[in-house]
Amino acid sequence: MPSRRKRSRTIQVNYLTRAEGEAALHISMRDGEVVDLRLEIFEPPRFFESFLRGRDSREAPDLTARICGICPVAYQMSTVHALERICGITIDPAVRALRRLYYCGEWIESHTLHIHMLAAPDFLGCDSIITMAEKHREAVERGLRIKKAGNAIVAALGGRSVHPVGACIGGFTRAPGREQLSALRDQLLRIRGDAVECVRWVASFDLPAANRDIEFVSLRHPDEYPMNEGRVVSSKGVDVDVDGVDDFFEEHQVPYSNALHCKVKGRGPYFLGPLARVNLNFDRLGAEITSIARETGISWPSSNPYTSIVARALEVLYSVDEAIRIIDSYRPPDRPAAPFEARAGVGRAVTEAPRGSLYHEFETDERGLIRSARIVPPTAQNQARIEADLRDLAPGLAQHPQALATRMCEMAIRNYDPCISCSTHFLKLNIEEL
Amino acid sequence: MKPRVAVFKFASCDGCQLQFLNAEDELLRLAGQVDLVYFPEARSRSLPGPYDIAFVEGSITTPDDARRIIRVREESRYLVTIGACATAGGIQALRNWADVEQYRRVVYPSPEFISTLSTSTPISEHVRVDFEVWGCPIDKGQLLAVTRSLLSGAKPVLPAYSVCMECKRRGNVCVVVARGEPCLGPVTRTGCGALCPALNRGCYGCFGPANDENMESFVKLLAQQGVTGDDAVRRLRGINGYVRLWRETADAIAAQKK
Repeated sequence: MPSRRKRSRTIQVNYLTRAEGEAALHISMRDGEVVDLRLEIFEPPRFFESFLRGRDSREAPDLTARICGICPVAYQMSTVHALERICGITIDPAVRALRRLYYCGEWIESHTLHIHMLAAPDFLGCDSIITMAEKHREAVERGLRIKKAGNAIVAALGGRSVHPVGACIGGFTRAPGREQLSALRDQLLRIRGDAVECVRWVASFDLPAANRDIEFVSLRHPDEYPMNEGRVVSSKGVDVDVDGVDDFFEEHQVPYSNALHCKVKGRGPYFLGPLARVNLNFDRLGAEITSIARETGISWPSSNPYTSIVARALEVLYSVDEAIRIIDSYRPPDRPAAPFEARAGVGRAVTEAPRGSLYHEFETDERGLIRSARIVPPTAQNQARIEADLRDLAPGLAQHPQALATRMCEMAIRNYDPCISCSTHFLKLNIEEL
Repeated sequence: MKPRVAVFKFASCDGCQLQFLNAEDELLRLAGQVDLVYFPEARSRSLPGPYDIAFVEGSITTPDDARRIIRVREESRYLVTIGACATAGGIQALRNWADVEQYRRVVYPSPEFISTLSTSTPISEHVRVDFEVWGCPIDKGQLLAVTRSLLSGAKPVLPAYSVCMECKRRGNVCVVVARGEPCLGPVTRTGCGALCPALNRGCYGCFGPANDENMESFVKLLAQQGVTGDDAVRRLRGINGYVRLWRETADAIAAQKK
C-alpha cells in the first residue's frame, strides 16, 4: 500500500507588489488541497463614506476623486451622475461627449500603466518596467507614449491627470475650444499605431491557459461601448437598471480584509473589468477592432482570466479611436455645465472605471448636503472572484518551486489590476487608541 | 554607487507616487541616475535599507503605521513627504473632527476586524521630516526638481507664496473679482499652475497654506461673498484642513457659531 505522507505547503506573499495599494496573500495546502486561502487587504481604511456626510453635493466630485489617484475620473463620473439624478439635470449632448472623452483618457492612461508597468514584467521575466526597459526599450517607450496621450486627454479637460479639477455636477467648469482638442487629436493619431502594436505585443505573451466558469458583469448600452451609462448585465442573465442592483448583488465582510466581499445573490463571485466589458460588449467595439481582437487567436468571449491583459489593450485602442471620433464631431456646448439646483433625494449611478463597474449612491437633503453615501468600488467586488481563481490555481502549484508558485499567484491577482487603495475606503470607523 | 531611493506608502490614494510613473519623458533617465531599491507599486523586488532618499506618501492612521514610519526614518538619510496626506494628514484627516461616539453607533457588521486610529496625522507629527512637497496631488515638475536637488547635494527649494501670483502671471481672470466666486487662492501655496481659476472655478486649497497667508482678512473676504458659518468651515476643512492655521481658523468659525 502506498505511503500516505501528509504534505503541507504554505505560500505567503507579505506585500503584493506591482499593484496599487497594500495587500497580502496567504495560502495553506495539505495534500494538494487548499485548507486556507486569504487575500488580505491591509490597506488602511480612509472612511470616505463617513466624512462625506454633511458635505455639499458640489464638493463631492473633488472629494471622491481622492479615493484613487489612478482612476479619479471614474469616481468623479459615478459621483456626478448619481447626484444629477437627484437634481433632475439633463446633460447637453456635447457635454455628454466630453465626459466620454474624459473617460477615454483615463482608460488609456490607467490600462497602459497596468499593461506596461505592472503586468508585462511578469511575462518578460523582469522585476519592473525599469529593468524591462534594458531589454525591451522599444515596447517600454511605446507604452510611455500611449500613456502620455491618455494623461493629455484628462489634463485637457481637467487641468491635470491626477485629481483633475474640471468635472462638476452638470458638466465641466470650462469646455475646451476646438483648437485645443485638435492638438490632442494630432497626438492621438501619432500613437494610434502604437496602440495596435500594443494589442499584438500582449497577445504574443505566453499567457497561461485556463477555462473557468465565470460570471462576467458590466454595463451594456443600446448602441455604444459602455462608459457612463447602461444597464448592469451579466454573462449568466442579470439585466437590471442601476436602481435595481441591490436585488441581484450583496456585500459581506470577512475577518481578514479591510474590503467587503461581493457576490451575485444565490450564485457567487463575479468578474468586473476590461475582460468582462469586452466579453459582454464585443459587438460594440466596431469592425476593425473586433477583427484585430480575433487575429490574436483568442476566442471571444474568453473564459480565461489571463486574457484580461489583451482585453485591456483592446480597450486602449478603442479609447484612442473613440477619442478621435469625439474630437472630430465636437462642437463646444452652449454652456459647459447645466445649473445646479439643490434637491432632497436619492441618486444612484454605475459607470465603468478602468477596473470595472463603480457604484455610487447618495442621499441629499433639500440644501444639497449629503446625508449618506455608499460607494462600491470594482476591486472590492472582484475580491471574491480573485480568491476563486487562486483556489483553482493552488492545487497545481505543488509541483513548482516556491518563487515560481508565488509569482503564479501574483499573476493571477494582477489579471484584475486590483486597485487596493480604492477597495477599502468605505469601511466604517472603529476606534483603537494607540 | 548610485543613490538608493525608496518610495513608501501609508494611508493614501497612490496618486503622488504615481507622479513618478507619470514622468513619461524623464522616467527612464531618472531610473538611470538612482537605484530604486524599494518601490513596491512599480517593482517586485524590494531591498532593505539604509536609503539615501525616502519619499513618503500617505498619512498615519493605524498603530502599525505609527511604528513603521519610525523604522523608515531610522533607515533614511533624507525623508521627503510627498503630498497632502503625508504633509498635512490628507482628506482622511476629516475624521479628526468626527464625533467618535457617533461613529461607534454606526453599526458595522463586525467592526472588531478593523484596526485603525481615531486620527489621521501628517508624518511630521511622528518623525523628523527633511523636506515637504505639498499638493494633492504633488506636481510632477516639483517632484523632479526636488529629486534633482537632493541628487546633486543641494537643499531643495520650492516657492511657498500664494498661488495668486502664479494666477496673475498666467493671465487668468480673477474669479473673486470678476465673478464673486469664493476662492482659497489668496491663502494657498503656489505649485499647481493656478489650474482652478484657469478652468473658471475657485481654488479649493489642494496645495495647502502659503507662507504669507493672512487668515483674518481672508475670512472677511469670504464673509463679503456670503460664505460664513458651516459653509466657510467646510471650505477650510478640505484636503489640507488639518494644517494648523486652517484648522484653527475653521475651529474658531465653528466655535463662534455655537
